[in-house]
Amino acid sequence: MKLCWLLLLPLLSSAKTIVVGPTESIRTVQQALSLAADYDTILVRRGLYRERNLLVDKPLVIRGENFPIIDGQMKGELFTVHASHVTIQGFDLRNVGMTSTIDWAAVKVLDARHVRVIGNKIRNAYFGVYFSASDHCLVRQNDIKGNPHEEQTTGNGVHAWKCDSIRVENNRISGHRDGIYFEFVTHSTVQRNISFGNIRYGLHFMFSHENSYFYNTFQHNGAGVAVMYTRKVIMRHNIFEDNWGSAAYGMLLKDISDSKIEDNIFRRNTIGIHMEGTSRIVSQRNLFIDNGWGMRIQASCNDNTFTRNTFQSNTFDVATNGQTVLNTFDRNYWDKYEGYDLNHDGTGDVPFHPVSLYSMIIEQMPYGVVLLHSFIVTLLDRAEKVIPSLTPEALVDAKPLMKPR
Amino acid sequence: MIKVIKYVWLDILQNRIVLAYTVFLLVVSATLFGMETNPSKGLMSLLNIVLMVVPLISLIFTTIHFYNSYEFIELLLAQPINRSKLLLSEFAGVASSLVTAFLVGVGGPVLYYAPGATGAALLAAGVALTLVFVALAFLASVCTRDKAKGIGLALLIWFYFGLLYDGLVLTILFTFSDYPLEKAMLVLTTLNPVDLARIFIMLQMDVSALMGFTGALYQEFFGSALGSLYALGVMGVWIVVPIWAAVRVFCKKDL
Repeated sequence: MKLCWLLLLPLLSSAKTIVVGPTESIRTVQQALSLAADYDTILVRRGLYRERNLLVDKPLVIRGENFPIIDGQMKGELFTVHASHVTIQGFDLRNVGMTSTIDWAAVKVLDARHVRVIGNKIRNAYFGVYFSASDHCLVRQNDIKGNPHEEQTTGNGVHAWKCDSIRVENNRISGHRDGIYFEFVTHSTVQRNISFGNIRYGLHFMFSHENSYFYNTFQHNGAGVAVMYTRKVIMRHNIFEDNWGSAAYGMLLKDISDSKIEDNIFRRNTIGIHMEGTSRIVSQRNLFIDNGWGMRIQASCNDNTFTRNTFQSNTFDVATNGQTVLNTFDRNYWDKYEGYDLNHDGTGDVPFHPVSLYSMIIEQMPYGVVLLHSFIVTLLDRAEKVIPSLTPEALVDAKPLMKPR
Repeated sequence: MIKVIKYVWLDILQNRIVLAYTVFLLVVSATLFGMETNPSKGLMSLLNIVLMVVPLISLIFTTIHFYNSYEFIELLLAQPINRSKLLLSEFAGVASSLVTAFLVGVGGPVLYYAPGATGAALLAAGVALTLVFVALAFLASVCTRDKAKGIGLALLIWFYFGLLYDGLVLTILFTFSDYPLEKAMLVLTTLNPVDLARIFIMLQMDVSALMGFTGALYQEFFGSALGSLYALGVMGVWIVVPIWAAVRVFCKKDL
């Protein structure tokens, strides 16, 4: 390790700092970029810079002092990074224009390694931070706020395509199409971000294997969080809240396999988790509270395990659309459970069937939701509990917990 | 009129049934909340009480009270008192005492354990249902001279609104499931005060579920100013029309 430092030392010592400012000799970032040599630092003083299409094609540290404003005047992209080891820090980047042919972004990184985008404010951008074919990059502590129009004319907050080992940390992202969008991204970590008020998904990924998501909060997004066609995903300690609407989910899982969903909180969503064609997922210690549906598990899911989750005050805990059940429920807490525990081992002595008759009916006739909680429906549900005929017999928690964890 | 109401009150206080009803509601609500650590689950159980027990007690009590005070009513009619005024005072007396009983019995525990929008909706719905079913009970009792028949009619009304109607709606739902029924369901539910009250509470309680699928329609409709006015209006109609019909029958009736 020490040897590495020694090797790097001459590099550091040879680098110089170029200062840009309204009162300095160099007044534009563009000018500084053309003057800079590899590994130099460009320090931009506070001010308003009406610049765009700033091409960074050598390893540089570009740092803003007191958030200098770079205004694209809705005419184009701000930074385009086409080199490795670039840092862009402390800017107020605003007004990136929109075209239908090119995805203009506040910071676009193309085919680069070790690029860091740290502590910037990004306002009214088409795309916020955009990575393409890059790896080992970092996006940290940025505040990205879009001005949402329609789904087609609004870009993503953080967008990554065909990348590897990206880290997205501690960002606040709102008002974009998808807060965080990954496609063909692998071995990446997304943590402690807050993604809210985006018009489509708070987090959206497809074909992005072996990524991890920790301690993120996804709130008030148009359709919640959607993850598709992916395997080996780890999601822990995330919060999914207030995703309301006819097609909104706390989390939508489509064709996901071999993944772990643990210790997350799903609160006040129309549907906590919707699963379609997922297999070998372990879902444990999650909290489902005040959702319309805690989980909707389509019959196309198999070999999933649900243990030690807590279901509280959901209108329906679990719903499904068929008789086939190839998943395991074990030791969850259900507030609708009415059994007893004679031997005091903490688990109920009678199995619990979390799917109610009426949720099966609503699955086929959505208008039926009107009769929810009416006496006749309660009666039907009771009758079904005694003699199950329509609800899948195999969807059962044999050892429901007596107390929430 | 005030004087008559006062006599009705005194009479109701004397036979202590309303007092027992208050205590019953109080004990049930307090127990439901006490048993559950989660107040929203307590509210959920209370919902069934409000939707089923409140209409039943309102109907039965009103009918029995009407027949028991038949002689008193006859006596008063010998005085120079307007018939419609007399019936309206009877209505006001019974309804106000039952509403008070409900507000004390359920309102107290709700305010203590689960204050908030859902609790308020529950109380409002309970008060409205009490008024509606007292009005319906008056209509049932003025229609027939026979006490047993009157109570039978009241029970029938309860059975119809509480159980049969929803069964019918469910049947319609099954039969016509291939058609777009959203608007039809909206209309059908407003034709039953119990359903209307239920949906009104549900909009607070199960808002997450209602936002899904067609439920959003209800949220949109009843959540809007027009929808609230409409719901209030329908409830008003359910109170005013039966009592108006009862007054009409009573005025023409040969006692």
